[in-house]
This record gives sequence, C-alpha cells and structure tokens, in this order.
Amino acid sequence: MTEGHQVLFFIALLPFIGALLPGLMIRAGRTACASFTAVPTALALVMLLTLAPAVLRGEVVQAEVEWLPQLGLSLSFFVDGLGLLFACMILGVGLLITLYARFYLSSADPMGQFYTYLLLFQGAMLGIVISDNILLMLIFWELTSLASFLLIGYWKHLPEGRQGARMALAVTGGGGLALIGGMLILGDIAGSYSLTEILQQGEAIRASDWYLPALILILLGAFTKSAQFPFHFWLPHAMAAPTPVSAYLHSATMVKAGVFLMARLWPVLAGTDAWFYIVATTGLVTMVLGALIALFKDDLKALLAFSTVSHLGLLTMLLGFGTQAAAVAAVFHIINHLTFKAALFMTAGIIDHETHTRDIKRLGGLRHLMPVTFAIGTVAALSMAGIPFFNGFLSKEMMLEEASHTGWAGSAYAVPVLATLGALLSVAYSLRFIGHVFLGPVRDDYPHKPHDPPFGMWAAPALLAVLVVLIGVMPFLAEGIVTAAASAVTGTDLQPYLKIWHGFTPALWMSIIAVIGGAVLLLLHRPLDRIWISAPRPEAKPIFDGIVTGAAALSRRVAEGTHNGAISRYLAIFVTASVALGAVAFSGSGLSEPTRQLLPVPAVVAVGWLMLIVATVAVVTMHHQRFRALVLVGIIGLSISAGFVYLSAPDLALTQISVETVTIMLLLLALHYLPKTTPKESPLGMKIRDGLIALAAGGGVGALAYAFLFRDIDTISDYHLANAYEGGGGTNVVNVILVDFRGYDTYGEIIVLGIAGLVIYALMHALLDGPAARRLKNSDYTHNRSRDRHPMMMVVATRVLLPIAAVVGIYIFLRGHNQPGGGFVAGLVVAIAILMQYMASGFAWTEARQRIEYHTMIGVGIVVAGLTGAGSWLAGRPFLTSAYTYINLPPIEEFELATAMIFDLGVFLTVLGAVMLMLYSLSRIARHSGETVNTEPMDYDPAERSTQSGAES
Amino acid sequence: MEFIIASAIGVLTAGGTYLILRLRTFPVILGLALLSYAVNVFLFASGRLAIDMAPILSKYGDPSYTDPLPQALVLTAIVISFGMTAVLVLIGLGAFLEAESDRIDMDRGESDSDQNKDAAQ
Repeated sequence: MTEGHQVLFFIALLPFIGALLPGLMIRAGRTACASFTAVPTALALVMLLTLAPAVLRGEVVQAEVEWLPQLGLSLSFFVDGLGLLFACMILGVGLLITLYARFYLSSADPMGQFYTYLLLFQGAMLGIVISDNILLMLIFWELTSLASFLLIGYWKHLPEGRQGARMALAVTGGGGLALIGGMLILGDIAGSYSLTEILQQGEAIRASDWYLPALILILLGAFTKSAQFPFHFWLPHAMAAPTPVSAYLHSATMVKAGVFLMARLWPVLAGTDAWFYIVATTGLVTMVLGALIALFKDDLKALLAFSTVSHLGLLTMLLGFGTQAAAVAAVFHIINHLTFKAALFMTAGIIDHETHTRDIKRLGGLRHLMPVTFAIGTVAALSMAGIPFFNGFLSKEMMLEEASHTGWAGSAYAVPVLATLGALLSVAYSLRFIGHVFLGPVRDDYPHKPHDPPFGMWAAPALLAVLVVLIGVMPFLAEGIVTAAASAVTGTDLQPYLKIWHGFTPALWMSIIAVIGGAVLLLLHRPLDRIWISAPRPEAKPIFDGIVTGAAALSRRVAEGTHNGAISRYLAIFVTASVALGAVAFSGSGLSEPTRQLLPVPAVVAVGWLMLIVATVAVVTMHHQRFRALVLVGIIGLSISAGFVYLSAPDLALTQISVETVTIMLLLLALHYLPKTTPKESPLGMKIRDGLIALAAGGGVGALAYAFLFRDIDTISDYHLANAYEGGGGTNVVNVILVDFRGYDTYGEIIVLGIAGLVIYALMHALLDGPAARRLKNSDYTHNRSRDRHPMMMVVATRVLLPIAAVVGIYIFLRGHNQPGGGFVAGLVVAIAILMQYMASGFAWTEARQRIEYHTMIGVGIVVAGLTGAGSWLAGRPFLTSAYTYINLPPIEEFELATAMIFDLGVFLTVLGAVMLMLYSLSRIARHSGETVNTEPMDYDPAERSTQSGAES
Repeated sequence: MEFIIASAIGVLTAGGTYLILRLRTFPVILGLALLSYAVNVFLFASGRLAIDMAPILSKYGDPSYTDPLPQALVLTAIVISFGMTAVLVLIGLGAFLEAESDRIDMDRGESDSDQNKDAAQ
C-alpha cells in the first residue's frame, strides 16, 4: 500500500472549492462560467490520472487525517481499481456535461446556480467513491441526495420539477436513513469504520447474528438510490430535471451509487443465500419490468429512464449472482452503460432542444434533418440493444453467459429465460428509439423545424459514441481498468479477457433470440401499445402521493392536537410532567439518614422569611394590579439579597441587589406602555387547576430542598478552596472560580448576555420600523404627566452621585479578586449610576454626552476577555490560564496584578454595555411616542399645563 | 434555618408556577422572575447552608468556608436571568404594541386558517 498521497485531499476538495466559482464567474458571461466550472473538474481528473498507473498495478492509494477520532470518523480517502473507475467516470462525464450544458441551458436559466449545484453534486459523488471511512461516505451519500434535489428542482417554476425533486429526496433520503443504520451495524460488527479494515473481515461479518439486519438496511439504501423495484418510481419523475442533469445524475453517476455500494461491499456481504435471493431477484425483476415499461413510454426521456432502471437491475442482478465472472461482467457493463446511456440522454436533449418535443409519437424522420444526431443516437442505441461491434453487446453476452448457468430455487430455467426476456425487451425499445424517432418519413408538423445543433452541443455525445465503437471493436482497450476494478470488487487478482467472439455458447443463442424477438416485438408495437394503454396497471405516483398526504395529515392531526397555540396549556403540561417525574424519582429511592445539624433561626431571619412569604402570596393574589405586584417583587428580591448576606454569600448579595434594581427599572419602563391592570378572565376551574399544579410544584421543590439540606455531599469545591490563592492568586474564591477555574463558562455567559442586549436592540429597531411605531405616535403621551419632568433636586443629586458611584464601581471591580465584588457587580453598579442620569436628566441630554456606543462596549468586552484567554496560548498553556504577580509601588501598599483581572475587565465592559443597551432600547420607545426632547438637564414645561387644562375644559 | 430556606423555595416556586400559567404577558414575566429566584436559591442551597463562613480566604481565624462553587454558578445565573427577563419583556412589549393585545395564547381560528393556507401551497 502506498501511504500519504495528499493529492487525494485536493481531488476530494476541488469540486467543493470550485463550486464557489460559477456563481461569481457568471458575471463574466456564460462561456466564462462554463470554463471555470470545467477547470476544477479537469484539474481533479488530471490529479487522479497521475495516480492511475499505480492503481492499475494493483496498489491502493491512501490518505488520512483524523477528524473526530472519538467517533471513529476520520477524513480518510483511498483509491483502488473500483474507486478509480468511478472517479474517472464522475469527473470525465462531468467535463462532458459541463460542455453540453453550456449549450443546452437557455439564456433565461440561471447558469451560475446550475454549475454550482453540479459541482456540489460532483464533489459529493466523488466523496462516496473515494471515502475510506464509512461514516464519511454516509455524509457524502446524503450530500448527493441533497444536491440531486437541487438539480432536479432546478426549474423551480415547473411543478413536475418540484414534485420530482421532493419524491427523489423522500425515497433516496429514506433509503439513506436505512443505510446509516446498516453501516453502523456493519462498523459495529467489524469493530472499525474504516472500509479497508471492514473489507478484511468478510468471514466474521457473514457469520454474525447481525448480518441479515445489516444486509437488509444497506440494501435498502442501495436499492433506493439505484432505483430498484419497488423503489424504481422516483427515477422517471426525476426526469423533470434539465437533460444534462438526467444524463449525469440519472444515468451515469448518482443512480450508480447504489451499484457502487453493492460492489464495494461485495467481498463482505456477497456469497450468502440471503444476498443471492434478495439482490439477484430484485435485479432480475427490475431488469424485466423496467424494460417492459420502457417499451411503451412515448416520452423519450421516460423511455431512457426506464431503460436505465432496467440496466441498473441488470447490474444488481450480476452482483447478486455472487460469482467472480459475474462481478467482471458488472464492472464492464458499468462502463458500457455509462457511455451509451449518457450519449442517448444527450441525444434526447438535443432532439428536445431542436424540435421542442420529446414525444416519440410526434417525431420520426429526423435522420434527414439531423444527420449528426442520427448517427450518434443510432450508435448508442444499437449498443444499448446489444448488437455486435458495439460495447453493449460484449457485456450483455457476459451477462447472458452468467445467467445461463444460474439456478434459482431449484429451477435451472427461471433466470436464463427471464434474462433473455429482459434482453429481448431491451432490443425492442432500443430499436424503437431509432425507428420511431429517426427513421420513417419526414413529417411536416414538428413543433419546431429541427436541424443539427452547434458543434459544442453534439461534441460530448459524439465522443461517447466513439468510445462505444472503440470498446465494441477493440475490447482489450478497457481490459486494464476492468481488471483493476473487478479485482478490487472481488478482492482477488483476476485476469479477465474481454473478447467479441466466444464461440457458439448458450449466450450467443440467447442473444440471437433476443435480437430477433425484439425486432418482431417492435413490428407489433402498435397493437401492443393499444393493449398496454387499455390495461389497468398501478401507477406509482398516486400511491406515493397518497402515502405522503396520509402522513402529512396524520402529523398535522398530532401536531394540532397537542400544539394548539395555548402556551399556558403547554406550560401546565410541562410542569405537571416534571412534577410527576420528580415524584417517581423521589419515591423510588429510599432516603439516607440525615447527617447535618439544623442551624438556629434568629428572630431577624424569621421576620425576613415572613416578609418574603407574605410578599409572594400577595404578588399571586394581587397580580392584577401590576404596579403593586412589581413593588412586591422588589421586596422579594431584597429579602433574598439579605438572605445571601446572612448565609455567607456576599458576592451573591451584591449581584442580586444590583440586578434587582435594574430589573425593576426595566419592568417599570415596560409597564409604562403596557396595560396597568390584568383583566380577571380565568374561570374558577382554571384557577383551581393552576393552583393545584403550582402547589404540587412548590411542594415538590421545597421538599427536595429540605431533603438535601439535611444531608452532606461530596463536593469538588475543596480543590477550589485549596488552589484559589496559589493557583489563581485571589482570596475571593467565588471570583477566582468565575474568572479562572470556570473562566470558560463565564466567557460563554458574557457572550450570551451581549447577544441578549443586541437582540433587544435589534427587536426594538424592527418594532420602531413597523406599525407599532405609528401606534406609538398616536398614543396619548401627554396624558397625566408631571410638568416637572426632570426635577432639579434629582438632577443635582444624581450628578453628584455619578462620580461617587463610578468610584464605588471601580473599587468593587478592583477588590473583586480578593474581596466580594468583581466585574459582574461593578458593571451593574456603573450601569445604575448612568441610568440615574437618564432618569434624572433626560435621555437626550445624557445621550449627547455619551462618548462610547454600547454596542462597542459589548464587543470590546468580549474581545478583551477572549484575547486574555488566548494570551495564555502564547505561554503554551490552555485557554484562560491565569498568571499573576505582586507589584510594589512605594506610595501604595503592595498589590496584585493578575491576567484574570483583564478578563474581569472584559466581563465588566460586556455587562455594562449589555445592561445599558437593553434599557436604552426601551427608552427609545418613549422618544417615538412623542416625548419632547429636552436640551436642558432641568426641564420644566409650562406648556403642559395649558394643553392639559385645555383638554379638561 | 433549613426549613426557612426550603419553604421559601417552595413558596416562590408555587407562586411563580401559578403566575406563568396566567394568560397575559406581564404576570407570566413576574412568574418567571419568581421562578428565577426560586431556582437561584435552590442552586445556592445545594452547597448547603453556612453562617459566617464566606468563601473569602483568610489568614486568620477558623479556616472553614462554605461551598463557593454553587455561589459562582448562581452569580452568573442571576445576571443571565436578568438578560432573559429583559428579552422577554421586550418581546411581550413588542407583541402588545403590534397586536394591541398582551394575551400569550394564540388565536385559534386565525392560526388554523394560516396552517391550511400553508398546506395548500
């Protein structure tokens, strides 16, 4: 094995990087756009070809980078024969399609978008075939489904496009889910998610009890992707896509992903009865059924779609046989099918483009009008029919040869007869493609007078047609890649010989029967078609739509039954469920003996408790009077702050009391614009219900608290207490935990706070642009207001207080590391000091003196905190490791300087900025509702009196 | 003392729960404030109660301290719950100004027709 071919990463990444180009290059014109799409593809193809010699020698090229090793997910790629074959197909056909699409798309189609989707798909598909990690492969697998969804629905204005895209996504996405399950089981059995390792463990996997579930799930994924019966129905509907997409995804690449997967896992999964009966039978049924339907389709693309279904069935069947010779035939047919089918799709696209119809019944006689297209189409269709000297013949012979000696459930004839029937039908529809489209008399009722397209459009299919003939005449040309790929599929070194003449084998007779029978069938097409049309047959689309409608109706019933828009109901259910779960947990385990002594209750504490209880009960009973309730909430907050002081939590007390202040201010501001009372509208029954729920919740939480307060626990805090001073350099352990031990949490929390501030600002911005602004303008703001809006006493007092409060804030900030305080509290204190200016001197006056935007403050705070944390990387330590030192400046006492304090400064700035931005945003409402802007700090408005008295009189 | 704290937590929870089940925004916001108090005290109490043992390291006296970790967690929780309250207040205020109603429950009839419209597309 060759290790470390980094070029693989580039190959895998190129399409994704390239996907950025078309959207930009479309501005430079359509040809530039197409060229820039071709560049990354061509580059990847060239890189891949540099690896080809080694791969053809039988080496495996690998490259790996760990991604999430804990999950067994690594970014590992490998290219062996099979991977090389598929990667070449994907990139090579990708190039041809890029060229073809340049001429196919009309100037009204957004071409940049198309090429971006195409490259996304190409990258995803390439990822599937070169992934060495099955989890990685699953990611790419899902990506192909998504990219194909975008491509099928490219013509957004067509309902068929949207429905086809949705159906394809539903079917292949559903299969993808099954595949994830199957792959995880497979990885679990093998003990590794690395494909190379899994492929070594065929014996163990086939012997495992989980083999069958894994097999079925994986096959579900493969069958849905490769449109095997009964999941074949999505492929014809996906034909609503532009023809380049059909040619690329739905004949050459994506639908082969399922086949690829079966081939890739062939050494591990094949060889059992289950494999044979599931895979070979499904393939056989799909082959015959697809060919039968194709014969009676009048839409050119539908004919080709069902023919693709049929050929995918053929490939599946060959892989299902589980023999090495069948695997060789499958690999060879993958190449052949790619060449003739992509050419045929492009031919169909040309015909559609030139005649403006794809209806076979409206076509005919095109050989005189479009000779070049006729030549290409005929070569490709004859190959599809399996006529000698075209490549389709060779692999079809090999298929019939394999089928001729495969027994099915004791019957030696079932498989050969059905395979011959499939080949016969295939001949019939292929000849119909030639006969009914190109041959016959020239008509005079084409929707559009056809002629051959420009060279650029037929170049790609012509090249494929040349390949068809070359391989058909000189099959040894393909021997190298077939050998490498087939060896990779089977895991053994094979030396297949591809040749035209095998002698008078049963396969040759079957072939002859097929060709003659097919020709006869085509002659009988008209009466047969009449029978087919009148015969009742199940249509997949109504069935699928019925299932989808049913599922949607069911989910709507469930969603609307439970989510009826009543939040109070959700909350009631949520609380009840939580209480019930808590009760179950509570009753399940016995309580251990209490280990703690009760603390005594001094009289002051009892009074505080009484205040809190009374206030809470009063809030509940009097909440209809909103101002009163707000005052009572303030009392509760203050009681709790006092409780924190008493119970050895000075930091909490400081924080609580300052938060309490800003919260009440905020609610007061808000209440100014809200109704002042809550209407009494709850019926008595609801009140009783809510009361019971509330009592249960309160009782439960209280009992839980009571239970644990009596019992000791193991705490990790001893570590913090022991290391706060030595490690963090501070004596206030709470602060050291915040800025040092758990600094990362704090960092996240200030970011949340900053976001909350910005959210409020943005919401307010949107609000003041909407109808709410007009409503505010019309509100009666002047009603019932004091004329002395900014009383002198308050203005003077707050102005004097500002520097004092600022000094207190700085003091609290600086001592925070060693004494109660810190960035959080200091931020809140300074915020309150500034708020006082707003209240006393008016918004406009204060704002005119504001130098720094609050947004800036939030941003700077978070950046400072982040940089401080990142600074420890420079010292080679983890994020947010604190360093500190003691400084001795003569006039002052020795003091400490810690990096944690810079972090705390970030906290301070963010808290200050966020709190101020929130309250400032609310204050903007006032300005909108017609509050006059004051220019003087002390603002007395005598005009108020006259308007008010005027209104009264 | 333990009973006082536990009962305070219980009463605050009960009051908060009752209020969040009301039908208007303002009582619900008050209810959430009460619930925040209850949760903060509950978390704080999980470090067990101690008197005169503030977690400020001291060179003198009895070196026994209360559990600092819950305090640190609650400290940020208090600040965050302020941020949450502020966002809620603003959403409630915005809804009232836009819709001229401060009901928290959706109007059933209207929402149904909306959903049917979506489904029809």
